[in-house]
Amino acid sequence: MDTNQYLEMFIDESKEHLQSCNEHLLELEKNPEDLAIVNEIFRSAHTLKGMSATMGYEDIADLTHKMENVLDAIRNAKIRVTTEILDVVFQAADYLEEMVMDIADGGTGKKDVRELVESLNRIEAGESAVAAPAAEVAATVVEEVSTNLHFDDFEKTVIAQSFEQGFQAFEIAVQLREDCLLKAVRVFMVFEVLEKSGEIIKSEPSVEQLENENFDEQFSVALITKDDAETLKAKIMKVSEVDNVIVAPIQVDALHTTNGANEVEEEDVVAPPMPVIAKKEPAAQKGKRSAAAQSGSKTIRVNIERLDVLMNLFEELVIDRGRLQSIASELHNPELNETVERMTRVSGDLQNIILNMRMIPVETVFNRFPKMVRQLARELDKKINLEIVGAETELDRTVIDEIGDPLVHLIRNALDHGVESPAERLAKGKPEEGTVTLRAYHSGNHVFIELEDDGAGVNRERVLAKAIANGLVMEEAAEAMTDRQVAELILASGFSTAEKISDVSGRGVGLDVVKNTIESLGGYISIDSTEGQGSLFQVQLPLTLSIISVMLVELDREVYAVPLSSIIETAIIQTSDILNAHNQKVIDFRGNIVPLVYLKEIFEMDVEENASDGFQSVVIVRKGEKLAGLVVDSFIGQQEIVLKSLGNYLQSVFAISGATILGNGQVALIVDCNALIK
Amino acid sequence: MTELLEQKEMKVIVFQLMEKEYAIAVDVVQSIEKSLSITRVPKTPPYVKGVINLRGVVTPIVSLRERFGLESKEIDDSTRIIIVTLEEFDVGLIVDAANDVLDISLDAIEAQPEVVGTVESEFISGIAKVDKRLLVMLNLDKVLQPVKRVTTDEL
Repeated sequence: MDTNQYLEMFIDESKEHLQSCNEHLLELEKNPEDLAIVNEIFRSAHTLKGMSATMGYEDIADLTHKMENVLDAIRNAKIRVTTEILDVVFQAADYLEEMVMDIADGGTGKKDVRELVESLNRIEAGESAVAAPAAEVAATVVEEVSTNLHFDDFEKTVIAQSFEQGFQAFEIAVQLREDCLLKAVRVFMVFEVLEKSGEIIKSEPSVEQLENENFDEQFSVALITKDDAETLKAKIMKVSEVDNVIVAPIQVDALHTTNGANEVEEEDVVAPPMPVIAKKEPAAQKGKRSAAAQSGSKTIRVNIERLDVLMNLFEELVIDRGRLQSIASELHNPELNETVERMTRVSGDLQNIILNMRMIPVETVFNRFPKMVRQLARELDKKINLEIVGAETELDRTVIDEIGDPLVHLIRNALDHGVESPAERLAKGKPEEGTVTLRAYHSGNHVFIELEDDGAGVNRERVLAKAIANGLVMEEAAEAMTDRQVAELILASGFSTAEKISDVSGRGVGLDVVKNTIESLGGYISIDSTEGQGSLFQVQLPLTLSIISVMLVELDREVYAVPLSSIIETAIIQTSDILNAHNQKVIDFRGNIVPLVYLKEIFEMDVEENASDGFQSVVIVRKGEKLAGLVVDSFIGQQEIVLKSLGNYLQSVFAISGATILGNGQVALIVDCNALIK
Repeated sequence: MTELLEQKEMKVIVFQLMEKEYAIAVDVVQSIEKSLSITRVPKTPPYVKGVINLRGVVTPIVSLRERFGLESKEIDDSTRIIIVTLEEFDVGLIVDAANDVLDISLDAIEAQPEVVGTVESEFISGIAKVDKRLLVMLNLDKVLQPVKRVTTDEL
């Protein structure tokens, strides 16, 4: 079968299942006794195995199969959950992720998994060498079909009374076909059949769960009826996509023993071979089934590129709208004016909707942190509890793509330098386990992401000593600095508080990289720290990167855009106030010596020396602490613009970070202030 | 001979620079535009004339004359911008005129001669002879090598 059309779906769903595996594994580590979690992981692994086998990715299928075996052994209490076992299972999940990513990148998804499979085998064989892999799937089915109903006292009484009135009670286990597309519908049909024959007194899972398709392929009901078992079975088998039905009588005396229901099931537990309905090609149905499973939630996946196309088309519309508006204002035709106004309103709403469509929850980034923290904590021999708040906060795709790495860096830093070792914490009277909180929330036109730890905080003396040694601060100025200013020194370039380089954060880069990345996104980072009590890193980001506020400036009839995020203010200065220092023209701006950058020279334009009338328009911009004054011909004004890339043909043009399309349809270039300030 | 090779044809767009005719495969051509307003991009090679707004997409424009080291020419009525789509990017090529769409037999394409006028021969993938016309087949991947950053730091 041609599996290409399912490839994208396969990759997306595999990622989801792996994510769910990871999350549940972390949970399992906290509650090793909770078999419901094992079941969840098993379900994800099982689906992944099926999907990858269908798609022909044998290595993935093999590895998930082994993983399943281990999970099955845990589920059946053959082995106990230990950190070592989880390490191996985590590693398996890692491998799977790598393979899926490889497929996503156009690879074959092949990887040498032998060693890991060996470890999994060893774990599985830890206490039982019995489970032959081939028998495993069948065994699962048998076990699931035989799930028994447990009755409370009231239900037992009802059953007992119905026996007295000549009714019979049956426990009916229905197994739907594995490729059943509309499980809830089949359940409904089965219920309808049964309700004609008698009265349903209980179902497992509950009716609600069944309606929400919140179950695997099988469910059990208890029915009071006058029909006999064979008739019931025949009736239910008439419902299509039912794989197997087991009808077992519930015995009165069995009800009185504590585990009575167990004896009920003796007779017919061996699943008969696949029944009649195998007309379609099973592999094809697998694909369809995943599609059906997805449709449960009322969302659709849209390729981001399509949204970009939509956005582009919409911008064209906005440009035309601008033209219409100016034409209408010239013509003074009331009807035209009214129409243009309406169109403006509607397209404004449309713009909001399109922007909203590009928003995705920050969860997609946060998801990878629990596992990372677990691993780091083990490497560092620390106890860390990671709390995530506000993972549902939405951000534009463009921002989401960029914030992952800075956050990884901050978390590493918090774990390595923030939270102390368990012994140190106990000595300080803190709980042994450190708490790191990752928080996201909206405020105004910004998103805030905070990372808080209850660790050692910033040591004022040590930071200052280092800053002075590195020449970042003058000794005299150090005394006057607030704690906050001191804390923020650790973001300065050339600063690292690590006394010795560790594996974790000693990768030759400091927090200054984080700061630069965030600032290049038009964001801002600040630190609040109390020594001995912990630190709070706060990152402020714009909601979207595709639309930014800029100041439009004119240079010899060419229009350029300067991002507002790097502008401090604009000024008009007298040419006579320009000073010369080391062949560099500078101005005195509120006591700071600010170098001037003549954009016309940078952008290779003719500079007419005598053109100015004694005044210069200057945009004061900053990069971190450093300032520069961009000399321009004139200011046009502030505007929201849509960010566009120059494409792959023009790779990294000096001092230009992108382009935008103005209301008149012209392209204007965006000045990259970071490149202009050294 | 044409009978045998009839199916081995390719469709090309023929355009003009100076007095010569050039050809590129039609399947890389997205559209042919009359002149659009070009925004200059500083610090790029002289043959990069700038960028245009092509229906919402910022598209770089290259003057083929200048890319080939020929003398430049003012934009006039017959000037066309041929938008080509390569694997990684779209680029607009300024040409003197877009003349024709032709089917040429692959058999009519010959390897490039040692010297072909003033055009750098690495840009040429072959010469096609159609009737009495000589068409220079362009190797666009070579012509449109991405422009890397020009590092003349003046600050």
